[in-house]
Amino acid sequence: MLETSADGPFVTGKVRLVHAVGMHARPAVKLTKLAKRFQAQISVRASEAADWINAKSVAKVMALRAPRDSIIEIKAHGDDAEAAVAALIDLVATDFPDAGS
Amino acid sequence: MSDTVGIVIVSHSRDIAKGTADMVRQMVGSEVKVAFCGGDPDGGLGTNVPGIIDAINDAWSTKGVAILVDLGGAETNSEMAVEMLEPERRKMVVVCNAPIVEGAVMAATEAAGGSSLEQVRAVAEELTAG
Repeated sequence: MLETSADGPFVTGKVRLVHAVGMHARPAVKLTKLAKRFQAQISVRASEAADWINAKSVAKVMALRAPRDSIIEIKAHGDDAEAAVAALIDLVATDFPDAGS
Repeated sequence: MSDTVGIVIVSHSRDIAKGTADMVRQMVGSEVKVAFCGGDPDGGLGTNVPGIIDAINDAWSTKGVAILVDLGGAETNSEMAVEMLEPERRKMVVVCNAPIVEGAVMAATEAAGGSSLEQVRAVAEELTAG
């Protein structure tokens, strides 16, 4: 999905959190680590919360406390924004598999 | 860019230090070097400067080392250990003002992305600021 705003184009996506206990510590670490691989500015929010948070801040992602079945929205802005959103959606949709690194 | 800030965990209890290091390795992965020290040689509680220096050497990285401590002596002994390093290495080691377990996981997550020592420290200390 492509959405445009005053700051330029944003790539956005939504995914349902299937993890049994929601967005707790380990998923938060994995999401943050993956987000950091991209140059794009990436924000996430859960269940249409008012505030978007920086997906590269592990403390903030952990504080999301999104329960199971909540909808996680991701938006990114920058050269590799599309790849970033696709990768993060895949991570959440596949229930945060152990990547090995 | 391939090197990542190393993490040192200093607790009065060897079990806590080891457990925290295990948690970091399992949650964050093996790309960040993690070393720990804690307890005295007789199996009691305590921290000691030579042990901390060894841990700093084990976790050493060209990007520096962030130390996470628990109580009192762990902090003062860590500061003493840093003071005893060669001057050029001294400025590449910081003692973070953060809770030991949470700080270690957050710091290692930040370090895994290739962040600088200052960024790693700032993320660990984010928990204290809130």
